[in-house]
This record gives sequence, structure tokens and C-alpha cells, in this order.
Amino acid sequence: MHLTRDEERILSGERGEGLRRAMEILVALGDIKGADRFIPVKSAHVSGVSYKTIGDAGLELLREWASSGATVKVPTTSNPSGLDLKSWREFGFPQEFAEKQLAIMRAYRDLGVADSCTCTPYLLENIPREGEHIAWAESNAVVYANSILGARTNRESGISALAAALVGKAPNYGLHLDENRKPTFSVSFGVELEGPWAYSAAGYYIGEEMEGIPIFLGLKPSPEEAKALGSALAVGGVSMFRLADKIEKGVGDLEKIRVGEEEINGAREALNTANGEVDLLCIGCPHCTPREAVEVSKLKPSIETWVFTSRANAAKLGKKRLHENVKLICDTCMVVSPLEEMGIATIGVNSAKAAFYCRNLSGLDVKYAPFGELVK
Amino acid sequence: MRRIKGRIISKGVAQGEALITSEPITFLGGVDPKSGRVVERGHELEGKCVAGKVLVFPKGKGSTVGSYVIYGLRRSGLAPAAIINDEAEEMVATGAIVAKIPMLDSLPNKSAFRNGMRLLVNADEGYVEVLGEE
Repeated sequence: MHLTRDEERILSGERGEGLRRAMEILVALGDIKGADRFIPVKSAHVSGVSYKTIGDAGLELLREWASSGATVKVPTTSNPSGLDLKSWREFGFPQEFAEKQLAIMRAYRDLGVADSCTCTPYLLENIPREGEHIAWAESNAVVYANSILGARTNRESGISALAAALVGKAPNYGLHLDENRKPTFSVSFGVELEGPWAYSAAGYYIGEEMEGIPIFLGLKPSPEEAKALGSALAVGGVSMFRLADKIEKGVGDLEKIRVGEEEINGAREALNTANGEVDLLCIGCPHCTPREAVEVSKLKPSIETWVFTSRANAAKLGKKRLHENVKLICDTCMVVSPLEEMGIATIGVNSAKAAFYCRNLSGLDVKYAPFGELVK
Repeated sequence: MRRIKGRIISKGVAQGEALITSEPITFLGGVDPKSGRVVERGHELEGKCVAGKVLVFPKGKGSTVGSYVIYGLRRSGLAPAAIINDEAEEMVATGAIVAKIPMLDSLPNKSAFRNGMRLLVNADEGYVEVLGEE
């Protein structure tokens, strides 16, 4: 990988230990992936914010990095934390967990990272333009930025996204390059997908079966459906998709798969572990848009429902009254908050990603179904 | 002595018992940071502990927080001694580099490895050596 004189200086430690460490990671990745050089990025988005996922080791790493005095060179947003930063006491989050989480937030603030705490920065906080190079972690945001917004990012790890933010550059490989953004297989549907649940089930099936870049024929997802699809695809090996009205040139030669009712039901069976009562409904993986929050409320759920969203989305809802069983919870989500330590054993979700991680990461039992079924 | 060359992803030298899977590994949610055990339901290695092993798998998948999990495993002494991948991707590569876990990829012949074999991974020079069959 070719380095400019300035980049060499950073790597040699002339600009401090924090930047040197960041550069070392990026050069190693660039060399592994065959990057020719660095390219400037317009923004970054980091994952690895919740104390539940990064633990004491992660907190120490961030503190070390922050103590070097390095700060981000480009606007950098952050993924959900482990709790609602303002109302954690009301929701019953453990005090000890909260203290650790707030320490993580301080380390990120010292590094110059915004406390946006959302997995959907592309909705309000950090909207890239078409063709822009960015360095994002959070796999659903990577898929949305690449596929819907036409920005360019590899699926960075939380650590490599932070390194790119500190340097303001990313190694030029993978999805930054035209030749790697072409579809590699095509998907047709034998069933009409409607609503985020169906899109997430289809996405989960495809992401488990295939890797590469799918082109979806005849699919016209709403923003809510697109984020559900992208988040589920990214549980497996997909970081970008394409949408097409009709078969484009060259697509006819690609490997084809078909998704029908059988595949959707298969995804449901693979992810569903609970059939009886649930303790809590958890909606908002990825974070709910204001429209979704209102839709959930309109269905008048008979059991307590936590709607996870960003603080910026919540502000858009303003003083709108939601149904008494619907609680808006910001800055966190069902995956990265310590629900399992808060007396919750079984949850209902309409997201394949949430179902996958709540079971595997948190050991919760999960009822995975369309929201309309969950409220019944 | 059989030496198999590979590409260096993260430097260092370590040895351990081979733990092999043909399935990709998700570190966040797939490996329990408190025990080092694979917990992904239905995974080939479900229930197996990665601590101190030479972990041989095709590549990482899933959450972008995986590299923090690898770093955390290292800090609690539960990380694999070394990692061998078919193709390094961002999560596992960054995790191994930050956690200073020796890691190689692109070995021409991994089929010589069997579960339980003692392997030496020299990621300073870029090779794996089979030390014993066990």
C-alpha cells in the first residue's frame, strides 16, 4: 500500500501514539485487502458502544486511545449504548452497568465521537450523499448507506471505523471501488413481501445462504422495509444489495435464487424459540422511524412494548401521545441493553437480527413474528 | 517436519491444539466472553471452548463489534492462542491485530489439519507447523 509522506509520519508515531495505533490498524487492513492507497472519508460511524458488548476491555481500550489526545477528523456518529442515557433509572437499568456505560460515553466524547447512539444514523444524524466515501461500522447502516443512499463503505469493524475516523481516511479497497459494487447473484420472489417482518425473514434466509451482492428483481421496499431487509442480510455475509425493476444487462448470467413461502417459514422456524407468553415486546431493530412508532401505538398492544429509537427520532415525535403500553426508549436497543439482567426472559420481536442476537448474545427466548401477530 | 506457508495477518508466534470448523464464526453473540465457549445455536463448535486453541475457521461473520469481543477474550485469558482463516475479513483481522493474536490466512493446504493436533503458528515468518498428532 502506498503511503504519502504525511501518512508515513503518522505511522512512525510523530503525531502521537493514538494516531499511530489507528494508522497501524488501517495499514494492516489495507495491506491484507490489497488497497493501493488511502482515500479521505466524509464521515464515520462506530459500533462497540454498549458496555454489554465491549465490556471492561473495550472501555480500557477506548480510554487508552482517548488519553493519547487523538480526536476524530470527520463527523463521527455512534451506535446504540446499553441504556437510555436520560431515563435509565425509570426503566430499571442496573446502577453498576450505568456507571460503566457513562464512562464509555465519556471516552467517546473525549475522542470527539457524537453521542447519537443509534444504529440508523442514515435517517437523521449522518446522511451520506451518493458517491461519498465513508467508514462505517454497524452492519445494517453499512448495507443501507451502500444500497439505498449510494455511499461507499466497507463493513468496518467498530475498531477500524474509529481508526478511520481518527485519521480521516480509509484504505481504498472492496466496496470503495466500482468493480466490486456489481451484483453477484440475483433474487426473485415467489411471495409478496409486506412489512418489515417479511423483509427481515427474507433477508435472513438470503444472508445465511449466500454472500456477495444480491440484485432484487421487482422489489420496492419502503425505508422501513429496506432497513429491515438490510439488517437481516447483514447477520450473514451481505454488505450491499441492488434493486432493479427489470433484468439489467449481465444480470441474466448471474446465479439465481428464489425466495418463496417455504424460505420465509424456514427463517421463522430457525429464529423462533418461544411460542407461549412473552414478558415484553421489543420493536426497533434497526431503530424505529417516527412513523413506525406511531404504527406500533395504533395497534394498542395488550402487553408492555418498548419502542427503541434514536433521541433525534423521538424529538420528531414531539409530545405525540402513544398508547399506554408503548414506551419510547432512546439511545439503546433490545440487543445491546442488559434485558436478561432485568428480569426479562422472553421477548417478542419482529426483526430477524434482533431474534438472532437476543437469543445468542443475551440467552433470551424469542418469539419472532410480524408485529400484528405479536400484539394479539 | 511439515511447514505450511500462509499470509501474515497479525504477527506473533504461538502454539496450541487445533480446533477446526468449516463454518464462519460470529464473535459477538457466537462466543461467550465470560467462558470462551462457542454459544451460537447449531454451530459445529457449539459448546467448545476457544481459549488457548489454534482456531481454524473460514472467516468471521456478523456483528462489527466482533473485534472488541476478540480483544476482550484476550484480556481475560480466553482468546484463541492463534487464528487461521481462509480469508481474513475486517472483524477478525482487526480483533487479532489489536489483541496481538498471531493470525495467518490463505494457506494452500488446510486439509492436513485435524482437530486436536498440536500446531505451531509462526506469524512472524508466515507458516504453520504440525508438532504432533495427539
